[in-house]
Amino acid sequence: MDYMLKSLKVAIWFMFLTFPVVVIKVNTIENVVIWRWHNMFYMGISIFFVSMVWRYFLQRKEMSGKKEKTDEKTFTQSIMENPVMFKSVSGGILAVLCVLPFITDSYQINILTVALMYIVLGLGLNIVVGLAGLLDLGFVAFYAVGAYTYALLNHHFGLSFWIVLPIGGSLAAIFGILLGFPVLRLRGDYLAIVTLGFGEIIRLVLENWNDFSMGPSGIANIDRPTFFGMDLTLNQSTIYIYFLMILFTIFTIFFVNRLQNSRIGRAWLALREDETACQAMGVGKTRTKLMAFALGAAWAGLMGVVFAAKTTFINPASFTFLESAIILSVVVLGGMGSIPGVILGALIMILLPEYLRAFSEYRMLVFGGAMVVMMVFRPQGLVSNFRRKYSFHSADTDGRFGR
Amino acid sequence: MEYFLELFLGGLTRGSIYALIALGYTMVYGIIQLINFAHGEIYMIGAFTALIFASVLSILGWPALAIFVVATAAAVLYSSAYGYTIEKIAYTPLRNAPRLSPLISAIGMSLFLQNYVLLAQTSDFLPFPQLIPDFEFMEPISHIFSSAELAIVLTTVIVMLLLTYYIKFTNMGKAMRATAQDKTMALLIGINVDRVISVTFIIGSSLAALGGVLIANHIGQVNFYIGFIAGIKAFTAAVLGGIGSIPGAVLGALILGWTESFATGYISSDYEDVFAFGLLVLILIFRPAGLLGRSETKKV
Amino acid sequence: MKKFLSAIVLSALMTLTASADTLKLGVAGPHSGDLASYGIPATRAAALYAKELNAKGGILGMQIEIVQSDDVCKPEIAVNTANKLVSEKVAFVLGHICSGATKAALGTYKDAGIAVMSPSATNPGLTKSGDYPNFFRTIAPDDAQAKLAVDFTTEKLGSKLIAVIHDKGDYGKGFAEFAKKFIEEGGKAKVALFEGVTPGAVDYTAVVQKIKRSKATAVIFGGYHPEASKIITAMKKKKVKAAFVSDDGVKDDTFIKVAGKYSEGGYATGPKDNSANPLNKKAIADHVAAYSEKPGAFYIEAYSAMIAITEAIKAAGSTDYAKVTAALKSNWVETPIGKIKFDERGDAIGAGFSVYQVQNGKYVEVK
Repeated sequence: MDYMLKSLKVAIWFMFLTFPVVVIKVNTIENVVIWRWHNMFYMGISIFFVSMVWRYFLQRKEMSGKKEKTDEKTFTQSIMENPVMFKSVSGGILAVLCVLPFITDSYQINILTVALMYIVLGLGLNIVVGLAGLLDLGFVAFYAVGAYTYALLNHHFGLSFWIVLPIGGSLAAIFGILLGFPVLRLRGDYLAIVTLGFGEIIRLVLENWNDFSMGPSGIANIDRPTFFGMDLTLNQSTIYIYFLMILFTIFTIFFVNRLQNSRIGRAWLALREDETACQAMGVGKTRTKLMAFALGAAWAGLMGVVFAAKTTFINPASFTFLESAIILSVVVLGGMGSIPGVILGALIMILLPEYLRAFSEYRMLVFGGAMVVMMVFRPQGLVSNFRRKYSFHSADTDGRFGR
Repeated sequence: MEYFLELFLGGLTRGSIYALIALGYTMVYGIIQLINFAHGEIYMIGAFTALIFASVLSILGWPALAIFVVATAAAVLYSSAYGYTIEKIAYTPLRNAPRLSPLISAIGMSLFLQNYVLLAQTSDFLPFPQLIPDFEFMEPISHIFSSAELAIVLTTVIVMLLLTYYIKFTNMGKAMRATAQDKTMALLIGINVDRVISVTFIIGSSLAALGGVLIANHIGQVNFYIGFIAGIKAFTAAVLGGIGSIPGAVLGALILGWTESFATGYISSDYEDVFAFGLLVLILIFRPAGLLGRSETKKV
Repeated sequence: MKKFLSAIVLSALMTLTASADTLKLGVAGPHSGDLASYGIPATRAAALYAKELNAKGGILGMQIEIVQSDDVCKPEIAVNTANKLVSEKVAFVLGHICSGATKAALGTYKDAGIAVMSPSATNPGLTKSGDYPNFFRTIAPDDAQAKLAVDFTTEKLGSKLIAVIHDKGDYGKGFAEFAKKFIEEGGKAKVALFEGVTPGAVDYTAVVQKIKRSKATAVIFGGYHPEASKIITAMKKKKVKAAFVSDDGVKDDTFIKVAGKYSEGGYATGPKDNSANPLNKKAIADHVAAYSEKPGAFYIEAYSAMIAITEAIKAAGSTDYAKVTAALKSNWVETPIGKIKFDERGDAIGAGFSVYQVQNGKYVEVK
């Protein structure tokens, strides 16, 4: 009963809150006002039920939050740790992915390719944000560097995809270091705004410096990747890029996984947890941070090259802040620092809006709402990162080493 | 010289608008260390609410001054209600979550609010009626500094003074400062931290709404997307001045406004934003905590 | 249950038989998002004209089926959209709406051998570069528009010093660059200022003060109406006397409504006034009958494109790419924008621009 009453209050509050925007529709162009009282009614009813559901889940979350102290492993965790299970599951996914191009149309394949690209981008950003704990809001700048490297080199000198791929990656890494130097001293949110500014600066330069980047009209007719010098039809090349991306993704997962457990990976984790203690332990802050920026950026650069090759046309409008925000959401939504999390996050962030097209105009509304709901109910991300735990079994299991 | 003065006043107006929005950013950040990305949307909703009320009232045939007062009051009221509700929905449940989660929640909220207004109203630009009349005494200099611009600057000055008084001398202001310094300690000495946070959101939102009404009145149009760029610029201003510091936010906003104005006037508007962000990077390199921010020395 | 099953089988059979006799036409453009108002009129034009033809028995005995695909005006999404339409095996595409998205998508259509006709993509490079033999449009390109704007400003208005302003966008900056080039080549006037403003910036006072200081007697603006109305409002408020000349993106009644009294006297170029054309009247009447409102931007161009496409398919007697494009280039057709055919590069011959001025809250063609 208390439940109902509270929800009723919430519903009335929302009816008040949404009154001007939802009920009154003004058109100052025609100078008419339309009153839509029925909307207020619908709003009240739906908010009432949403509020009940919301409250219920919030309560459940709090309950389970108390229970989670036990060392129970989640489903994904148990899959990850059991080599047989892990191999069979990932093998199965891979097999499905490989068969897909032959049973669906090129539209689906294209979307999947985009999703795979975001997995790789997410994993790249995960190095910076998830592992090293440096909040980067301008990741798209490196993506742009890669894309323009290929577009310009291809346009002026006719260099092919495979030659430019490493160039694009390394150039992006150099930009990462260039950005890294001045921001070494900054912490947390200062870093965030500087990276955001850096991303905007890159985009604005591309937009305004016509002689260099051809300005806002962009660069068209970029060559698609070649396959041992063969000319591919459109369909073939779509599938070709798709398989290329599968290989890329596998390589990235492998690489990032190894990286996580390497010396530098551990240094990043230590840096993320406590900068001062980390330095005291003899880890060089400068080198470690720059390494994170460079590696993260390199991945974005590689994907930029692939992006330019895939769309065959780029212009600065593709590299806005919103793009950075989406890549960051991939990382956080999935679960920071966790590889399966980032993969899941990318699939949701890219496939959801694509298949939500049925709702067409409500798409972005649902998308924004889903981000909020997801964060409220699973703030640690969909797949939370599990860390190797070293615990004293005699002392309390919740000991210092665990968290 | 006149040209310099024109640019100076233009920058002052722009900076004042940034300041009104930046204050909300900096207050919220000071208290819960959250970049409230949805803040720009609050500003947009403020402008829209004022537009809606103003057009309804003008059809009812109210006098201009009454319309201005009621529309502004409604904008402030509704924006603070939105600010309050957003905090309760999207940030309160995340108080103890990992640091980046509220940020994503805020980005989601920002997208949601933009599309909410887009769907419930329209995607077109709507003309915003001129609510503040052109004052007679401003007429001779109106080509340099118009009544609407004067209103913006004056409002910012008044708001600044009131806010400083509020933070410095009232109980709530003291509670805010205590919460900003140490949340746990504030709880222990009996401060209702939840209420402090709510009040912070309400004040920040009403300032943004004021900014929204004034700027919409000045440039004469609104649409659902105006909050995004204004929000990012105001956030930049807040960081420039030292996020968490109230005088810092105003100083940062004015510097940003002048930088943009003079860069456009003497160099080129092509790179207006590059100068703005470039300045930010430069200042942060030399003062990593912003102009007036406290640089924290970490004790081990 | 049995009934249900047989119903499914029946409907499946029907769609099968139907698909043998349908001609799929793709319509691509922004159907959602902030630019939707530019894309939806084209889908309506396609739907209305297809319905009319279908009622008359379709073309070549086939019913027309419209396949819509949303590109939100973003180049990277336009490629997906194009792929979707290609995999649907459409015979012709009406779209895309934005130049950037069109440019991105054209490669995909070219490789698949599908011809494309845009009602609104005015970027000169689309036809002038010669890269896209499959591209046609029913609207005049930007450089023709810029030439007209410059000629008008220097000759009719007699301006000797012109400030060229743009919105840094693909369309606006392209227009402004052509305008600058034509001013310099013409030698009748000088460019006092060439600058871009940031769309969505809080205000444009600084740029307007700069225009005032440059003593330009005319401003040529490349971009869309939101920025244009902000600039013209600020110019009038700051008592800048220079004439305001802009492009097709501004020749929209919203500009007048938003800028209100400040828009009075502003100039904009736009497609020739064809409101006296009977086909034009009919197209508009159909729209009003079906949607009970006046059509939006590019509706007439899209309607004309539909006529041109279907007539070409009729004349070619098939949907074969080579035959249809040949028919487009050789046959004149009567459309709401006048009698047109297409030149070698895909630009419509017969579709032209004229200059309009805001007089008493309306755009009036300047003769």
